[in-house]
Amino acid sequence: MLRFFIGRLAVLIPTFLGVSLIAFSFIRMLPGDPVMLLSGERVMAPERHAQIMHDLGFDRPMYVQYFDYLGKVLHGDLGTSIVTKRPVLGEFLTLFPATLELSFCAIMLAVCLGVPAGIFAAVKRGTWFDQSVMGVALIGYSMPIFWWGLLLIIFFSGYLGWTPVSGRISLMYFFKPVTGFMLIDSLLSGQKGAFASAVSYLILPTIVLATIPLAVIARQTRSAMLEVLGEDYVRTARSKGLKPLRVVGVHALRNAMIPVITTIGLQIGVLLAGAILTETIFSWPGIGKWMVDSVFKRDYAVVQGGLLLIAGVIMLVNLIVDVLYGFINPRIRH
Amino acid sequence: MSTVTVKTGQPSALAEFWHYFSRNKGAVIGLVVFVIILVVAVFAPVFAPHTPNEQNRQVLLAVPAWMEGGSISFPLGTDAVGRDILSRLIYGARFSLFIGVVVVTLSVVCGVLIGLVAGYFRGKVDTAIMRLMDIILAFPSLLLALVLVAVLGPGLTNAMIAISLVNQPHFVRLTRASVITEREKEYVIASRVAGAGTFRLMFKTILPNCLGPLIVQATLAFSAAILDAAALGFLGMGAQPPTPEWGTMLAESREFISRAWWVVTFPGLAILITVLAINLMGDGLRDALDPKLKRS
Repeated sequence: MLRFFIGRLAVLIPTFLGVSLIAFSFIRMLPGDPVMLLSGERVMAPERHAQIMHDLGFDRPMYVQYFDYLGKVLHGDLGTSIVTKRPVLGEFLTLFPATLELSFCAIMLAVCLGVPAGIFAAVKRGTWFDQSVMGVALIGYSMPIFWWGLLLIIFFSGYLGWTPVSGRISLMYFFKPVTGFMLIDSLLSGQKGAFASAVSYLILPTIVLATIPLAVIARQTRSAMLEVLGEDYVRTARSKGLKPLRVVGVHALRNAMIPVITTIGLQIGVLLAGAILTETIFSWPGIGKWMVDSVFKRDYAVVQGGLLLIAGVIMLVNLIVDVLYGFINPRIRH
Repeated sequence: MSTVTVKTGQPSALAEFWHYFSRNKGAVIGLVVFVIILVVAVFAPVFAPHTPNEQNRQVLLAVPAWMEGGSISFPLGTDAVGRDILSRLIYGARFSLFIGVVVVTLSVVCGVLIGLVAGYFRGKVDTAIMRLMDIILAFPSLLLALVLVAVLGPGLTNAMIAISLVNQPHFVRLTRASVITEREKEYVIASRVAGAGTFRLMFKTILPNCLGPLIVQATLAFSAAILDAAALGFLGMGAQPPTPEWGTMLAESREFISRAWWVVTFPGLAILITVLAINLMGDGLRDALDPKLKRS
């Protein structure tokens, strides 16, 4: 198992170097002067330009600049935001819990609804239930989530007035962030109604972000279950006289879960891409909105650092999924 | 002299394909809807009651025809500057289908070529190509597309290039996997022994046998391209106003969300219906082209 883990880790190193090279080249590929772009100044004297160029190291050969950049990245220095003048890593760490909280709720919703829906659809293959679940799943899979978010806002926030439109918690509540996760912090604060407020702000973004993973997980669970239900060992289990619940719940489900877990892991990338749109619609202060805002504000230091950090998170999650996959499916390990 | 037609009993490839495809009712519905959208897009000037950018200043944010105060000359109402929403949606279909075609063509051509090279030659070339694809896949596709558009400059052409680039690793991986399976099969070895050159082996012997999964992936990429382009348009990085692209229309209408639901609802519905139709077709294509499913 350790060998398998080290093997997977070794493959990540060239990918990380490639990702860092892309993040490094990004600033240099942008139209315009990188010194102006990174300093955020529009007009400057030639002496000042030369000084900043020297400070940023742009007067050195490209490969020296790259290794210098890589060294800084490995020491946690991802540059400073042009707009807020704060370190990029610090901003990322402040905002990341918001995205993590939203993504966690979304994936929980997707798994809790998608897996049972897929199982029942497979067991009841061909019935109206199966067809409705698959129909709804296909609609979810085809959904432009930015529009879906707006529709939910129109109905639940505008028409019914049940949920708030943007932010993470009502302005009535104020407390110092401890964990960065609003659900936990609101409970820790001990303020009455704070937790309920945090939940009400979380509902719509969670539904929107969960839509596509939910559809994908339901479809994948159904097809994995159908494949497994046709296997000889399931027939043997049935012919032994085991109860249908035990056959489906134990014999079939355990094996069907292997591809489903991979699918769930792969949805993390989808969630982070979805977070860009969901956070923009609901003004959710996470890294998705941070990246979009930075692109528009031309805060390229943030875009550069954010690219690397987000890719790093995805690579890490993929590694964990790979290792988990090797753990539950010994055939992969060997 | 009379001619005698002999029926071989073997259905043509097309007839066989249709037999499996038409068994999936959803796929047939998807195909019909897609053909309707295609016809409407091609003959947009015939179907659209107005031109897409014609502003009717006296009817700003007019309600749809079936609501009280609605007018039949603006069946789905008008937007904030008095443009007919139905006409803009009809012209918008052209953009969405065009985006799909361009993105799929670009990513299929590049992806298949690179995948063929990786799968056929293996070794260091393969490793280098696959690591490069891993790098592209390490980024969320929409984020990479967004950043690429920031580099290239906002606009429809650049959005299409960016989406193609983030889409093509899927084709590379799929082609490579199929080529690796096929290249060891006896018919390829026989062809090689008979003296076929590298190009002939790659393009005429192996590639046609890898097409099934590629066609299915191309269908999915078509719908994904429409969604991604609309998302970029919505974020202000795709087609620029006043282009009647559906995502851009949604972005323009966001501020009227509380008082004019129709300006937000219909462009999104158009995206959903188009993408759904294509995905339904994709499911049917998979049923028809996957030999494993055919047997069951």
